[in-house]
Amino acid sequence: MLFTSYSFIAFLALLFTVYYLVPRRFQWMLLLFASYLFYFIAGPTYVIYIFVTTLSTYLVSVKLESLNKAQSAYLAEHKDMSREEKKEYKASVKSKQRKWLAACLLFNFGILAVVKYTNFAIANINAVIGAFGGGTQLSFLKLALPLGISFYTFQTMGYIIDVYRGKHPAERNFFKLALFVSFFPQLIQGPISRFSDLAQTLYKEHSFDSRNISFGIQRILWGYFKKVVLADRILVAVNTLIKNPDTYQGAYVLIGMLFYAYQLYADFTGGIDITIGIAQVLGIEVKENFHRPYFSKNIVEYWRRWHITMGTWFRDYLFYPLSVSKPMLNISKHSRRLFGEALGKRIPVYLSTFIVWFATGIWHGASWNFIVWGLMNCVVILISQELKPFYDWFHSRFNVAGKLYFKVFQIVRTVLLMSSIRMFDCYRDVPMTFRMFGTIFTRFSFKPFFDGSLLKLGLDLSDYIVLLAGLIVLTIVSVSQARGSVRRQLEKKPVLVRYAAYYALILSILVLGAYGVGYDSSQFIYNQF
Amino acid sequence: MNTLLRMLKGLHPDVDFETCETLIDDKILDSFDIITLVADINSEFDVTIPAEEIIPENFNSARALYALIERLSNED
Amino acid sequence: MKKRKLIINITAVCLLIISLLLLQRLLMPKYVSAIVEGSLIEEYYQETTGHDVIFVGDCEVYESFSPITLWENYGITSYIRGSAQQLIWQSYYLLEETLQYEKPEVVVFNVLAMKYDKPQKEEYNRLTLDGMRLSPIKIKAIQASMTEKENLIDYIFPILRYHSRWDELTAEDFQYMFKKKKLFHNGYYMRVDVRPVTTVPEGRKLANYRFGDNAYYYLDKMVDLCRDNDIDLVLVKAPSLYPYWYDEWEAQIEEYAAKHDLLYINFLELIDEIGIDFNTDTYDGGLHMNLSGAEKLSVYLGKVLAENYGLKDHRNDDVYKEVWEEKVDFYYDMKAQQYYELEKYGYLKSFGAKPPTS
Repeated sequence: MLFTSYSFIAFLALLFTVYYLVPRRFQWMLLLFASYLFYFIAGPTYVIYIFVTTLSTYLVSVKLESLNKAQSAYLAEHKDMSREEKKEYKASVKSKQRKWLAACLLFNFGILAVVKYTNFAIANINAVIGAFGGGTQLSFLKLALPLGISFYTFQTMGYIIDVYRGKHPAERNFFKLALFVSFFPQLIQGPISRFSDLAQTLYKEHSFDSRNISFGIQRILWGYFKKVVLADRILVAVNTLIKNPDTYQGAYVLIGMLFYAYQLYADFTGGIDITIGIAQVLGIEVKENFHRPYFSKNIVEYWRRWHITMGTWFRDYLFYPLSVSKPMLNISKHSRRLFGEALGKRIPVYLSTFIVWFATGIWHGASWNFIVWGLMNCVVILISQELKPFYDWFHSRFNVAGKLYFKVFQIVRTVLLMSSIRMFDCYRDVPMTFRMFGTIFTRFSFKPFFDGSLLKLGLDLSDYIVLLAGLIVLTIVSVSQARGSVRRQLEKKPVLVRYAAYYALILSILVLGAYGVGYDSSQFIYNQF
Repeated sequence: MNTLLRMLKGLHPDVDFETCETLIDDKILDSFDIITLVADINSEFDVTIPAEEIIPENFNSARALYALIERLSNED
Repeated sequence: MKKRKLIINITAVCLLIISLLLLQRLLMPKYVSAIVEGSLIEEYYQETTGHDVIFVGDCEVYESFSPITLWENYGITSYIRGSAQQLIWQSYYLLEETLQYEKPEVVVFNVLAMKYDKPQKEEYNRLTLDGMRLSPIKIKAIQASMTEKENLIDYIFPILRYHSRWDELTAEDFQYMFKKKKLFHNGYYMRVDVRPVTTVPEGRKLANYRFGDNAYYYLDKMVDLCRDNDIDLVLVKAPSLYPYWYDEWEAQIEEYAAKHDLLYINFLELIDEIGIDFNTDTYDGGLHMNLSGAEKLSVYLGKVLAENYGLKDHRNDDVYKEVWEEKVDFYYDMKAQQYYELEKYGYLKSFGAKPPTS
């Protein structure tokens, strides 16, 4: 059930109705049922995976907590222990907890690794065997990749780490935990929620709040507009460009790059709008995943504003623990001694950054494209980190900081930079991506912009008009978001303006949406029977 | 405390760390700064700040960070 | 204050629904100057008087028989509920729907559609189904006709299907938004142009000649429906030279007709007797009859129907006379116009005809 399928919309309509009809204490159970139903429809076997992850996490979380309780009880009973004894005892409990946590992480990330990366590993092993002239090749496994497994595994592992860290107590109700893991709106593409955030509203009783529901529906519609009218429309041209790399080089690569930036933004943020909107209709608050990312002035800022919940996940559960781990601190000490303060300080930071971006890359997909994509991000971030003194000097020397034109320059630069790195996402393999990127400089020509070639990519003039209008609308909305919620701003407008906006949104989704079979009158031409 | 302020000044000479209470909220310290700090603190104070203590409340001001260091060194 | 809000909201929702309905009408293809076949089914609902004979089937009915000729020669009132590549379940449900409006004496079904056992093409489904009025029968017809990727909701709300026409709307779409001009003669699609038969393609060898179970299922249903309503069912095969009509198919229909005691007329075998001349009586090289061919067939069929089923001559019946005089006038007007165009341009320019390709 895709977000954009009729059956999903029917599913939502039914769920929303029943949700506010059942006694409120059953609302979260209904959500659990709906989430499992959603997942079951996506693939009956997937349910087993998500259930196993939920169960293992539940058992370990309960174990961690019982260890905590036992510790408190023991300490209360043995008040006369010396400080050293206490410390020793605590350390022993912590070590037990650490073992349980490690087992849980290994098991669940293991499942993810097996289903998602086995074939990638096999392909690489085969390549190595082939390179050494070996004749035998391993055969690929046929494993179903459960829908959203990367998202729910990360969310659930974040939960168990937080329980281990004592950030919040373990959820004692297995079914409530199951809902946290499987909450259907965020199953496919996130956001990756934290238990401490989501739990606050997920299990609550929600009464019918027309304003909240209206806001939620507006958000859903806005998401559909971005997805169906814009992303799915430009997708046609993006596919034409990247699937025919022999034909479309030079300026076309640049065009494809920008089109893909448009498509990905509209698709991803649109999907998240739908997710958060659905949750809002249900009275549940899901954390924002984007904060006007294309207005970022540098790449570090961009990563704070794009796919936020993934970035913070990697930061809190990988980057920090890794950077402050004993081995890393030791490396830090040694490298400072060996290479001096300035360089020595950098080595552990660089190492952690490298590992995090490698992981981020491979999390996105089991291919070298994504790994290189992640590492390119890493390289750009580290370079800009190194250039910081230069930037500071430049900004003060030319007195440009805070000037509008300079801000625009920074924003455009960041978008272009991110878009070019993202090309690894598009082309078949890494060498081809580099080659295609090269053609932007070696075979560039302005001709395709004017000679009508753009009309041969699968989009006609009216499509470009829609896309341009969409771009303007997106920009206006994004700029308005700087002043707070657009829906709240709209709420204060006169009735006519408000309804005109709603109508425009609904009608444009219905009419301009790139859904359905598409009308091709030649198909109707009656020729034979 | 003075050692800590010196460390912070080394990262951002232009910030008044004695009064600023929003080092994280205003994005003055980024994640690079934080782990550099953690490593520095580790070598200067012999205190290991675990990952779960890296939260805005502990890094928003020099005072909060110092309190954290004291708390952790007392626990040991 | 609360009341005011409620009123605003209700008005807003009503306005939205109205604008959606208008938009839907605007966006649906009008089938007036091109692909006119798409208008065949809906024209039926403009009928004010009943009919003795109802035809169902594909182009072999609406291109081969002329109700005006049946009227002029025998005083038989008839209507053709034919459409492009009408599949047998569509014929069945169209018949069932027609019976909601009237009860004819005789139903004529053209058997070529027996060759299709499964849904074929979404676009052809549309030409038949979009014209039907929304009813439980239409829903059943849709469900029987849908190919795998189709959705019922796309038929119930055609805006979902045709929304992408927004950038190819023409003046015609606005002009015929609410009312279309009449294009057919009780379901007969008139063409006076001529393109003689040059070659007759041989039928390809088929792996299996037996009609499918699903096709038989609906033929059985049609037989039952007619029997229950005391209607005589007549099976016909129009004299089109292709699609090829195999001997094996012929044998099955003959057997079926005999078994169910139905009259079956295969016009392919009557070409000489009726005097069909494939140099003058077809407009597309033997695929379809033109007006001359259709009139000849109708004269023959009318005689058979009048004799076998004792159909009353309504020519002096006041109720019908007025209605049919108008139809006859429209018929001859169009005939004259078509001949005029033929003379002026050498080919038919309008009336849904395609300009000659070579």
